Amino acid sequence: MINKIVKNQIFIPIAAMLFLLLFNLVTDPTFFKIAMGQNSAGNPVLSGPLITILNNGSELAILAIGMTLVTAASGGQDISVGAAIAIAGSTILRVLCGTNTRPDTLRTPIFVAFIIGCLVAMAFGAFNGVLVSIFKIQPMVATLILYTAGRSIAAWINNNELPIISDPRFGYYGGFIPGIPIPTPFFIAALCVVIIALVLKFTNLGLYTQAVGINESSSRLNGINPVFIKWLTFVILGACVAVAALIKVSRLSSINYSVIAKDIEMDAILAVALGGNALGGGKFNMAASIIGAFVIQTLTTTLFMHNVPSDALPAYKAIVVIALVVFSAPVFRDAVSKFMKNLKNGKKKEVANV
Amino acid sequence: MSKLSNKFKDMTDTNLLLTITIVVFFLMYIGAIVFQGKGFLKPQTFFNILNANAALIILSCGMSTVMIAGGIDISVGGMTALVTMCCAVYLDPTRGGAVANMDPNSGSVAVSMLIAVLIGLAYGLVQGFLVAYLDIQPFIVSLAGMFFARGMTTIVNTNPFNVANEKFVALKETRIIVPGMGTVNKLGKYVDAYVEIGVVVALIVVIVMFCLLRWTKLGRSFYAVGGNKQSALMLGINVKHTKFMSHIICSLLAGIGGYVYFLHVGSGAVTHAQGAEMNAIASSIIGGTMLTGGVGNIIGTFFGVLSLSTIQNIVASAGLDQAWWTGITIAAMLCIFLVVQSVVMARKKSAVKK
Repeated sequence: MINKIVKNQIFIPIAAMLFLLLFNLVTDPTFFKIAMGQNSAGNPVLSGPLITILNNGSELAILAIGMTLVTAASGGQDISVGAAIAIAGSTILRVLCGTNTRPDTLRTPIFVAFIIGCLVAMAFGAFNGVLVSIFKIQPMVATLILYTAGRSIAAWINNNELPIISDPRFGYYGGFIPGIPIPTPFFIAALCVVIIALVLKFTNLGLYTQAVGINESSSRLNGINPVFIKWLTFVILGACVAVAALIKVSRLSSINYSVIAKDIEMDAILAVALGGNALGGGKFNMAASIIGAFVIQTLTTTLFMHNVPSDALPAYKAIVVIALVVFSAPVFRDAVSKFMKNLKNGKKKEVANV
Repeated sequence: MSKLSNKFKDMTDTNLLLTITIVVFFLMYIGAIVFQGKGFLKPQTFFNILNANAALIILSCGMSTVMIAGGIDISVGGMTALVTMCCAVYLDPTRGGAVANMDPNSGSVAVSMLIAVLIGLAYGLVQGFLVAYLDIQPFIVSLAGMFFARGMTTIVNTNPFNVANEKFVALKETRIIVPGMGTVNKLGKYVDAYVEIGVVVALIVVIVMFCLLRWTKLGRSFYAVGGNKQSALMLGINVKHTKFMSHIICSLLAGIGGYVYFLHVGSGAVTHAQGAEMNAIASSIIGGTMLTGGVGNIIGTFFGVLSLSTIQNIVASAGLDQAWWTGITIAAMLCIFLVVQSVVMARKKSAVKK
C-alpha cells in the first residue's frame, strides 16, 4: 500500500510541498497567517504568504501546462517563455495604448488586446515549433534564438517606451476584482487548468503527445503526424504564454522589458521536473506539473521570507534542480537499488556467517 | 561546372560549413568597406574587434569542443561573471566589501589567475560528472549551472566596481603594438596599431585547441563520440571519459575566458557577459560546428566570432544603434545558419539512403 503511494508520480510534488510547509511551520509559523485587509482602492482583500503563493504561482502553473506538453512531445524544453511573455505583454500594451504612452482611456477593449497578444505569442510559438518539428533542431537550441531576441523585440514593439495604463479595470486581471477577496490570477489559472483537463479528457491530445514523445517513428507508423503534434504543443505553449503575459502586465499596469518574467523559464522547467515528468519526453502527468509549479512558488516565497535577496534566488533553485535531476536519473536509481540490494544481501550473509 | 559540383560533393561536412563561414565573413567585411566608408579599412578597426572579443573567442573554442563531443554548455556566460566578481573581490577586497580598509595592492595577480582556473576546473568536474557519468541532459545541467553562477555572483558581491590594484591595472593597460599596421591620424601623427594581452591568449588558445582536436587521440575521440556514440564505443573509445573531458576543457576555457574578459573590462559585475553563452553558441554554429555533434572546426569558430562581431559593428555604424538591434541580428543570423545546417544534414541523409 505504502509502496503504491510512493510510486505514484504525484507523490513527489506533494511530498515536496508537505516538506516545505513543515519546514515553514517549524521555522516561522506566521507563514500560515491569513489576514483580511484592504487594498489601496478600498476593497477587501486577503493577504498573507499562502495567498501570495496562490497569487504569484498562477502564471507559473499556466506555463507549466504548456511546458509539460512541449516536454512530453519533443523531449526538450522551451527556454524562451520569459522572453515570449515580454513580447506578448508588450503587444497587449501597444494595442491598448497605441502611440500614446499615458492614455486616459483604453483604445480597444481589453479582450481584443488579449486576443491579439495571444495571436502574436502563438505565432512566435509556431516559429519555435517549425524550427523544432520541421528542421529538427533541438528544442532548447531552437528556442535559444527567441530567448536572445525576445526582449529586444518586445522593446521594439513599443519603441522602447514604457506605457502606463491608468484605467483600474486593467489591473483586475493581476490584482483583485472589487468585492472578491481572492486574487484574480488564481481564478484565471483555475480556468486554464479546467480547460486543459477537459481537453485531455475528451480529445486524443494527451495520448498523441505521449506517443510522439515515446517513439516518434512508431507513432508515425500508427498514423499520427509527429511533426504536427510537436508544432501544436509549441502553439499551445504560446497561448499559455499570452495568458501569463496578461497577468504579468496587469499586475504592474506597465512593463519592464528586461525584468518582466525574468528567469521564469527556469521555474517552469523546474515545475515540470518536480512533477516527476521525464525531461527526455514521453509520459507526463499534468496534475503533478501544476502542483509542482505551486511548490516552486512556495520555495521562492520561503526563501524570500528568510531574507534571501531576489538576485541570489537562482543559486538556491539551481541546487534544487540539480538534486532533482540527479535523484531522477536512471543511472543514479540503478546504483541506489544495487547498493540497497548489496546491503540486504550483506546482512543476510552476516546472519548466515553467525 | 560538373567538375565543380563533383568537388562540392566530395567536400566533407566540416569543410563545406567552414568554407561557407569564411566566405560569409570576407563578403561581409568587404561589403562593410565598400558601403560604410573607410573606417573598416583601418587595421585598428579589425584589431578592436579582436580586443573586444578575445574572451568570446576563448569561450567559443570551449563551446565548440563540447558541441563536437555532442554536448552543450550554456553556463559559460554565468561563469565569466562569477570569475570577474571573484577575482575582483580578491584583488580589491575593500571595494568588494569583503574586508574593510585593506590595501588594494596586496592581492597578487598570479593568485587571481589561479582562482579563475580553479573555478573553471570545479565547474568542469561537477558538470562533466553529472553529464557523463550520471547521463543527465547537458542542457539541464548547464542551465542550472548558469543560474547557479549568476546567483552565486550576487552572493559574492552585489555592486559592480572597478578594481584599483596597481599590478592588475598595469597588466590590463598593457598594449602590444602590431608593427607595420599603424595609421596616420587627422593631425598627421603616426598612431600604432595595438592589441591587448587577451588577444594573444585567445590566439594561443585557438592554436592549441586546433592542434588538440586535429592531432591528438583525445581530440579525435571527441569527433567519434559526437558523431556516433555506439560506434565509438565499439571502437573501444571510453565514451564517458571523453564526454567528461570535453566538459572539463570547456569549463577550463570558460575560466580562462572569464579572466580575459576581466582583463578587458577591469571590473566585477553580475551583469557582465550577459548572453555570452548565446554568442558563443552562435559563433560555434556559424563556424560550422554541428549541434548534433561530430562536425566542427576551431578555425571556423574563430571566423564565426569575427563574423558575429563584424555584423554587430556594421549594424552599429549603420545608425541602428538601439540596443535591441544587436539581439535581433544575432538571433536572425543564428537562425539562418541553423536552418542551413539542418538542410545540409537532410541532404546528407538522403545521399546515404541512395
